[in-house]
Amino acid sequence: MTSKYMIHTQSAPNRLKTLTTSGIIAWEEGCLNCPVCVKDQCVYGVYDNRCLDVRQMIDSIDNQCMNCLRCVQGCPKELIHKSINPEYKALGDSYWTPDIIASLWDQAETGKIPVSGAGYPGPFSGPGFDSMWTDMSEIVRPTRDGIHGREYISTDINIGGAPDHLSFTASGELEDNFPFPAEIPLPIILSLPPIGSWGESTVKGWAMAARELGTFLSLPHDMIKGDLVSLKESLIPVVDNGEPGSLKEMEGFALLEVPWREDWKEIRERIKERNPSTLICWRIPLVKEAAEKVLCLVNSGASAFYLKGTENGRHVDDDTAFIKEAIRSIHVTLVEKGIRDKVTLLVGGGLAMAEHVAKSIICGADGVVIDLPILIALECRMCRRCTKELPCPVEIGRAEPSWVASRVTNLIGAWHNQLLEVMGAMGIRDVRRLRGETGRAMFYEDLDRNTFGSLGTLREGYELE
Amino acid sequence: MVITPSRFRNPIGKFRLHRSNECIVCGKCVDMCPVGVHELKAGRVITKNHYRCTGPDCANPCYLACPTGALTVKKNPTFETMGDLRWPPDLIVSTWHMAETGEAPLRGLEYRTGDSGGGFDRLRLLLPSLSSHEMVPLDDEIDIGLELNKRDNSSHKIKIDVPFYGGGMSYGSVSIVTMLSRVRAAAALGTFCSTGEGGYPDELMPYDDHVITQVATGLFGVREDTIQRVRIVEFKYAQGAKPGLGGHLLGDKVTPAVARMREAVVGYPLFSPFPFHSVYSVEDHKKHVDWIKATNPRALISVKVSTPTDVDMVAIGSYHAGAHILHLDGSYGGTGAAPDIAKKNIAMPIEYAVPKAHRFLKEEGVRDKITLIASGGIRTPHDVAKIIALGADGVCTGTAELIALECIRCHNCESGRGCARGIATTDSELMDLMHMDWGTQRIINLFMAWRKELIRILTRLGMKSIQELVGRTDCLVHLDYMEKATVESLSGTRT
Repeated sequence: MTSKYMIHTQSAPNRLKTLTTSGIIAWEEGCLNCPVCVKDQCVYGVYDNRCLDVRQMIDSIDNQCMNCLRCVQGCPKELIHKSINPEYKALGDSYWTPDIIASLWDQAETGKIPVSGAGYPGPFSGPGFDSMWTDMSEIVRPTRDGIHGREYISTDINIGGAPDHLSFTASGELEDNFPFPAEIPLPIILSLPPIGSWGESTVKGWAMAARELGTFLSLPHDMIKGDLVSLKESLIPVVDNGEPGSLKEMEGFALLEVPWREDWKEIRERIKERNPSTLICWRIPLVKEAAEKVLCLVNSGASAFYLKGTENGRHVDDDTAFIKEAIRSIHVTLVEKGIRDKVTLLVGGGLAMAEHVAKSIICGADGVVIDLPILIALECRMCRRCTKELPCPVEIGRAEPSWVASRVTNLIGAWHNQLLEVMGAMGIRDVRRLRGETGRAMFYEDLDRNTFGSLGTLREGYELE
Repeated sequence: MVITPSRFRNPIGKFRLHRSNECIVCGKCVDMCPVGVHELKAGRVITKNHYRCTGPDCANPCYLACPTGALTVKKNPTFETMGDLRWPPDLIVSTWHMAETGEAPLRGLEYRTGDSGGGFDRLRLLLPSLSSHEMVPLDDEIDIGLELNKRDNSSHKIKIDVPFYGGGMSYGSVSIVTMLSRVRAAAALGTFCSTGEGGYPDELMPYDDHVITQVATGLFGVREDTIQRVRIVEFKYAQGAKPGLGGHLLGDKVTPAVARMREAVVGYPLFSPFPFHSVYSVEDHKKHVDWIKATNPRALISVKVSTPTDVDMVAIGSYHAGAHILHLDGSYGGTGAAPDIAKKNIAMPIEYAVPKAHRFLKEEGVRDKITLIASGGIRTPHDVAKIIALGADGVCTGTAELIALECIRCHNCESGRGCARGIATTDSELMDLMHMDWGTQRIINLFMAWRKELIRILTRLGMKSIQELVGRTDCLVHLDYMEKATVESLSGTRT
């Protein structure tokens, strides 16, 4: 990439009222209709904006309230009380939490990095990606200023193995007989979500976003028809079995995604026969033996992999193992074998926040594949009614392609800027150099045990406070 | 100490009492309530102070004694909407209790730890059992003061009376009323308060001896006379909440007064870059320190840094550059506005950084030559004791003071007109929600309560000075590394 990569975002308002933490305001009886009503004094003008008569006593779930509690604390008769919105609390599940979902909505709407006042409100650490922190540079190392555009931080990655040397012709020209890897300007590839009641126009919107972002959308090959054919360059067809019938229109794609199967050799031969120059990205479910599969494929010339965990960022065959650890161990295995640069590792499954991109790469991935966030960007509430064939409460299928495209562009724009923040703080100016930089991260398991491991003895005659 | 109740009409507490029309105005509840919740007025009993009710924790519950059963107690739904895991509603309301009364709450509220599930919230102080003895009387001889200049040189000798001082909050990010309240409280308590990076308002001049002026990367409002006016100058290299990133004051908050103070343009956002673009090595850093020493030869130099993996290297570098105070600001610290991704992920929590820096400075043989100050998530007197036992000499406070001023952690300090509660704002109407005398007294009360708690802890440890506690990790226990059975046997007791 020679030109400066920037994602242009612009506000794409929600179609429906959003759910917010701010809860039910309970109105007790006994209003005096006093002349200086606290509702008139609302700092955020919520009562005005909602065109409510201040004398009205209504229960409302409120999406404009900012929870300052001024009305609760100011009402002369103590008639106003608040509670947390139960609908908000019920969003998603323990992995796709209400806060994650609300933050994705906000980023998809505004295209901006989530910023808030006061210190971090969350838990000290947690499972999976929550058990690591990223480093920063101080005094003795320079940092980078990517976010304000004063220094360029590259987020380019290549897909496919890099050649270990260049060859030139007698006349000094670069020989072009090696497979040139695909290049994307940010380490994020979009993929069709595993759930969702989306329709053709949604998929078109996602493909448009992929084109706008300069990356890819991966989707089943038989969906590539109609309008989508013109967006071919931004699509990765998923080819299940490499059967000739499904290979007809494979020309023009930079990359194919092929799920690993026992008969992978035959599949590969079928594809190579048809289109020898197409790069195959092998999708391997993240199971215990994933590393062996990768090694075996690398030895027979494969150079791109998509390691896929569960929706909740865990191993497919072990719900207690997180993709974080799997990436680290596969990366290290490849490094130890001396073949890390021959391979591109993409990871997916449970990538829910911008920080997961940076953390996956620090653990050893080259890039990530995201699916559910591009659905949540469209106001999905993760209620999973679609999996029971019930109607979608936010009617995602009815959204216009252009709106879908801007929401996803906004979301990824915000993620890209957050990646720049993390890299800037570390003083790293190329995302390819972030890969496997575990020395610039801090892991809860090590730090906590080193610091507190010896503090476990309750002595006789002592008590705890 | 002056009792200083909430400035809002309806203070928020953990419980609410409901009085039905069965009430026969016998006055029993008025007489028996130990905290004055009920009041007899014009032939009626009214529930005047819901917020003081300690609910089921009450030793003498009115709702059980009421002859007509007219009283019922319930949890206040609004209580649950405040705060978060680091500052759960219990901590917020107990901080309010301390700011009102100058005493730690005895009942009904957990005032020592939060719910973050790690670090301070899983560490416990290990104190000799009181067994059959009564409460040990508080020992007035105990010294919780802190000498800030540990170098043997010609700089000021400054001893603060409490092991903490106020961390930087800039003019612009908080109101002048908030700023003055903090500085005046610091003066009354015999300690200091930092200006933050927003200039040095003239209103602070009467308190020069208790002000630390900050020199940060934006150099906003830094002038020769502001450096010369004070006894301590603080270099801010980084802030724990957004380490490695610059500061950002939104255009809305750059009012004419703020712009004048910062020598900037009204309405335009201000960026404080990261890092100092003139410092890329310890040698560059020394040049900065020398510059201050040339301007104000007797000033103590504090170096405020965040907590990278190599925090030990930063610590020793700062010592060799000539700093008197090394101030480590951990990643869970406060801010007026910061990207969520930075607050959660960048740099390490202070509970890891302090022992690391303490150990390394000790190994290098210079630990007794530099004062180690910790900040970034110090919420309670117990946090203070814990971080000192982990190796700090003292701490910087910030959010706790704002909570004393009735911050509810709504996290909207940065939006629109700023803080709706009149603390972190420059909006003239919102600023008027708070008076300086009230704010000053609330902060004094809070820290008087902290002071008492620290003395109580030291008394139980049999220590005469808080400096004896520095690095005494044997006074700490971490629940995650105790045998499961032991932790379970402790459940039910307040661990």
